[in-house]
Amino acid sequence: MHELSVCQALLRQVTEIAMGRGADVVEHITIEAGPLSGVEPALLAGAFGILRAGSPATAQARLSIESPAVIIRCTSCSVESPTAPNRLVCPRCGDFRTRVVAGDELRLRRVELREPQSPNGKTLCAKPVVAA
Amino acid sequence: MCQACGCSLKADLVREDLHQQRGRTTVVDVLQDLLAANDRVAAHNREHFDEHGVLAINLMSSPGAGKTALLEATITALRERYCIAVIEGDLETDNDAVRIRALGVPALQITTGTACHLDAQLVHRALHDLPLSGLDLLFIENVGNLVCPASFDLGQHRNVTLLSVTEGDDKPEKYPVIFRASDLVVLSKADLLGVLDDFDPARAAAGLRALGRDTPMIQTAARRVPVLAPWLSWIEQQLAERRVAMPAELA
Repeated sequence: MHELSVCQALLRQVTEIAMGRGADVVEHITIEAGPLSGVEPALLAGAFGILRAGSPATAQARLSIESPAVIIRCTSCSVESPTAPNRLVCPRCGDFRTRVVAGDELRLRRVELREPQSPNGKTLCAKPVVAA
Repeated sequence: MCQACGCSLKADLVREDLHQQRGRTTVVDVLQDLLAANDRVAAHNREHFDEHGVLAINLMSSPGAGKTALLEATITALRERYCIAVIEGDLETDNDAVRIRALGVPALQITTGTACHLDAQLVHRALHDLPLSGLDLLFIENVGNLVCPASFDLGQHRNVTLLSVTEGDDKPEKYPVIFRASDLVVLSKADLLGVLDDFDPARAAAGLRALGRDTPMIQTAARRVPVLAPWLSWIEQQLAERRVAMPAELA
């Protein structure tokens, strides 16, 4: 159950980003955890449900986990193929010298932060603005 | 009008939670590795090893595959020629470190409590109590587990995964992440192959090859009649490769 450690690392990273931007509330976190990352999304989600309460900034945060399918690229015939995590040989030419181009990601992709109230208070009830 | 901030909500509709929901949201694209902090410490550990000309090998396997027994046999075979130390990772007890120390080799026990793997920070802390000067080889015996240790770089130069022949020859297919991360797979307790009719080394090798790697697979036996030659020569080869990469004063 190393998902607990991974989740702690995630929350530290997210909290640092929020603090760096002066935001006090994290609303939504999106991560990528491919099948070859070694992290089980359901277990990570379970850990998140418990650990997010550790800080007021993340206590109400939602977590979305994207799990990109495994795709390999053959170094011999250059064909890209979707495949199973334990079948990483090229299905076209049979060469084992392949490169995983998707499916081994374990990364923080996006955080949605609520900005603190501005000094004049005008933005507090403003229509939510989603900036890229 | 809302008295809190002057927006157009009617005062009786203004609730604290409603206000909170109406804050301005900023979306930050990050694209950062989730284990970046661990990887930074791992890189730091690797620098330590490199500064001292130490080859660090991370030993992984399920519990009971014979990591400590293989280390005991390895130390007995190599201690005259190389300076060796061991970091032991277990949930509880220092039994393994005691076994290694009995051979006259420094061994540092990390007890992880409930943690199912070692991470770079745990190893880094252990390094403060383990002098690296003069060492040739450092074995890091990870917590017995075929899942969790695979995700954490410790700063090692090589990953070795043991698969004991009593476990089943389909393990590489079942645990692709750890076997894919391995530089060498050791079929341990291979002296038992003669009495087991359900472990086919060729099937284990095929499962490993299916992971898109040409990872070598060798057989060892650490007890009774030891079979160590392929393992010891693999270690010697790694030491030689490290020495080529090392600054002259350490080689």
